[in-house]
Amino acid sequence: MNKLPMNQPKPSAINTLRRQGMNHLVTVLSVLSTILVLAPLVAILVYLIYKGASSLNLAFFTHIPAPVGEPGGGMANSIVGSGVILLLASLMGIPIGIAAGIYLAEFGRGRLLANAIRFTADVLNGVPSIVMGISIYSLIVMRQKHFSALAGGVALAIMMVPTITRTTEEMLATVPHAIREAALGLGVPKWRTVLSISLRTASPGIITGCMLAFARVAGETAPLLFTALGNQFWSFKLNEPIAALPLQIYVYAISPYDEWHRLAWAGSLVLIVMIMIAVTLVRIFANRGVLKGAS
Amino acid sequence: MSLTRMTTEREPGTPLTLPSLAPAQFAAPPGPEPVEAGPSPIREFLSKRGSGRFADSSFAAVMLVCALSIFAIVLFIFFILISRSKLSLTAFGWKFFTREAWDPVAGDFGALPFIFGTLASSFLALLMAVPLALGVAIFLTELCPRPLRAPISFLTELLAAIPSVVYGLWAVFVLVPIMRDNLGPFLYKTLGWTGFFEGSNFGVGLLTAGIILAIMILPIISSLTRDIMTAVPNSQREGVLALGATRWEMIRTGVLRNSRIGIVGAVMLGLGRALGETMAVTMVIGNHPNIGKSLFAPANTLASVIAGEFSEATGDLYLSALIEIGLALFLVTIVVNAIARLMVWAVTRGAPARVA
Repeated sequence: MNKLPMNQPKPSAINTLRRQGMNHLVTVLSVLSTILVLAPLVAILVYLIYKGASSLNLAFFTHIPAPVGEPGGGMANSIVGSGVILLLASLMGIPIGIAAGIYLAEFGRGRLLANAIRFTADVLNGVPSIVMGISIYSLIVMRQKHFSALAGGVALAIMMVPTITRTTEEMLATVPHAIREAALGLGVPKWRTVLSISLRTASPGIITGCMLAFARVAGETAPLLFTALGNQFWSFKLNEPIAALPLQIYVYAISPYDEWHRLAWAGSLVLIVMIMIAVTLVRIFANRGVLKGAS
Repeated sequence: MSLTRMTTEREPGTPLTLPSLAPAQFAAPPGPEPVEAGPSPIREFLSKRGSGRFADSSFAAVMLVCALSIFAIVLFIFFILISRSKLSLTAFGWKFFTREAWDPVAGDFGALPFIFGTLASSFLALLMAVPLALGVAIFLTELCPRPLRAPISFLTELLAAIPSVVYGLWAVFVLVPIMRDNLGPFLYKTLGWTGFFEGSNFGVGLLTAGIILAIMILPIISSLTRDIMTAVPNSQREGVLALGATRWEMIRTGVLRNSRIGIVGAVMLGLGRALGETMAVTMVIGNHPNIGKSLFAPANTLASVIAGEFSEATGDLYLSALIEIGLALFLVTIVVNAIARLMVWAVTRGAPARVA
């Protein structure tokens, strides 16, 4: 694309060749790396769908795990258990996360305290999930002397908070000041301005942030290992060990039985599809009925 | 709505009271005065809902408490890990991190093999992931035909949505056999002389863990890098191209140079994730505390030893040693995050102003 005229002196022609060669080399390398990256991805997805779909059946959604050696069985209790834990986590994590985001964006702008909190949120975001697991184990499980769904919920809630806080803050920062000033100018108190004007305007983005946090913790296994523990039977009590889909997948994946491997694949497919459906549904939901074009 | 009413009815706490100005000034223009007598619906709604100084300050206080709870969580994790690992902290002291022994039966613990495993697997992952991620980002921002761009971005972001345990499952049933039967022997034959590919190859080990980690951190690094490179203004590219640069020279001097700060940050984020990644690594690394040159050898990371042995830890010292490993992991990730920030800060100061 950048050919120099042919009557250039010789060194320059060699130079041009070298530069163009380098250019082509990098182009090829870049395309190759993209293919190399996409290959395992496509492999994982295709293999997962192939393996998972071929082992899915109705029993998977209606039965609890069968004892070793018996065919059949499903993960109904794990699916429900995951739902319970995630509900608990969302109930605790989302309000705290959004409130912290509101503080950062609406009250603490430019203050040292807000910067420190923002930095801490980023740090918390990077804390490995297994560390979260053993902390909650030390705090709740050791005190109560038994594993519980509640402990699992708390562990996941803590993991949700920093993501939600940072997205809420970023989304609130995009709300134009004129809207806030209009509300304040009408005599609306600050708290109401924040809740009904800023938060509402930014709500599609905030809901997306919550969904991202939700999707991230929905597949988490490590924090549940020592908190929710898992359960082979139905359990709805928050005070008792409860089954969870990722935990069950892990247990089955490292087991030596083919039947259980089959169920692990089916469980993985269900887990991913459930995460995708949740995210898509809320995206669609969030795009409707909220102020459009305001932010 | 009548404006006089508005000012007289104002709650005591709201700011901006201008008693001397309001009635005279604002009532003057003979605008189309609304006919209804009572307060407007908006005004009525607002005053019914209550407001004032008390509501405002308590709302701010609640938000502040929630924000401070983030501090509290981090401090709480730190202190609870310290208090629960006191037994091993006092028993081994700082030497815990330089001792190679890991003997639960004899009650002799040291974290060095796990530190080695964590660093080696993360380093391997970065070694594989960073060039590939850069290649993908360059392809997506500079070379990719427009219709392909959205699907490829979507696919790479899909990778980030797959849970860690599913990666582990795939690795156990697909990657491990490939490593054992194809890639491993090939590497031994071609690169065996380096000494990195020696010993028996079971398919599980450092290299397998590094590969699965690389696959897992690729989407993070590449999508962040892509965002950063997209933010480089087009005038930069056009300027370099106008000087007669080839496309690669344009990318190198116009794009990469301008976005190097952000790329460092993206790599650090990927590193943070790789250091703490638990489930997939636990499933393929072999779980044997071991320090060696061979990448085929099974190893153990800080995170995977906790996941693998925590539930069967008998004895207080054993449990306490595992919690101390958790503490080390916690501190290391904080340090990595802090270094990332400091690096960004240091580079930003020296760099020319970047138009975001």
